[in-house]
Amino acid sequence: MTRVGVITFPGSLDDRDAQRAVRFAGAEAVALWHGDHDLQGVDAVVLPGGFSYGDYLRCGAIASHSPIMREVVSAAERGVPVLGICNGFQMLTEAHLLPGGLIRNDHGSFICRDQVLRVENTSTAWTNGYTAGQEITVPLKNGEGGYIASASTLERLEGEGLVAFRYVGVNPNGSLNDIAGVTNERGNVVGLMPHPEHAIEPGFGPDTPVAMRSGVDGLAMFTSALRSLLAA
Amino acid sequence: MPKIVVDVMPKAELLDPQGKAVAGALARLGNDTFSGVRVGKRFELTVDGPVDEAVLASVREIADELLSNSVIEDVVGITVVDGNGAHSAAASGALA
Repeated sequence: MTRVGVITFPGSLDDRDAQRAVRFAGAEAVALWHGDHDLQGVDAVVLPGGFSYGDYLRCGAIASHSPIMREVVSAAERGVPVLGICNGFQMLTEAHLLPGGLIRNDHGSFICRDQVLRVENTSTAWTNGYTAGQEITVPLKNGEGGYIASASTLERLEGEGLVAFRYVGVNPNGSLNDIAGVTNERGNVVGLMPHPEHAIEPGFGPDTPVAMRSGVDGLAMFTSALRSLLAA
Repeated sequence: MPKIVVDVMPKAELLDPQGKAVAGALARLGNDTFSGVRVGKRFELTVDGPVDEAVLASVREIADELLSNSVIEDVVGITVVDGNGAHSAAASGALA
């Protein structure tokens, strides 16, 4: 069975939900610990949301220097699929595995809502189960989700199709170019601020026109990774 | 014991929502003297021993690699403060 590691840091919140999403997608979830130097041979890695180290210094900054992140960086360089959600996305930018950075929301407030996203790149390890331009709804909850990058980096992201997800309808945090998530050139590392792991099971996801809390649009992110691993 | 002070600011061209919030509070208090506020960070590193060029080089590296994120912030000052509180700018090289 495909094994997907979910790393727990001091202050991680959504590690259990991410493990559950991995199991729902049909893989074995392996709990990993930030202080270890061992990825236990997992086939893919998820960095979950939360407030690692209390967001001290900068969101994700201290976590990005934790022992296991050295292993994550070398695994990412070998092509292992790595997904960073919210605080995990912040860690990936701090670790320079993804370009750009995240700053405090432009309106200064924490925001929590069901957010519509457009899938802009369906060739990554984590988005190949979506169709190009597909609109999905997943929960968003953050205080520091404003995506920024230099003008030249933005131009490169847009030119090379490295924007993975874009906010639709409303830009909830002032992110440049409405960017909600990005990928690396190779397509194995993806980070996004919204939370796909909270939209995987009927009864516990966002509302849809069909029924309350029936949204499961996030599940395809996890099944995408399994599919890309089986194809490899 | 000498201290080395590292000052970090959000990049000038980027929105600083924290500074904007403080500027808004000033305006609500009726203060119209200040047209803008930006909020940064100050780090104080205590040194057990003399501050020599090797220590300063290490501070410059730490300032760039850990204390700041060059995507969103700039290191705007590295200053040595001796036990008597006297300052000396020590790090023009780090600002290049």
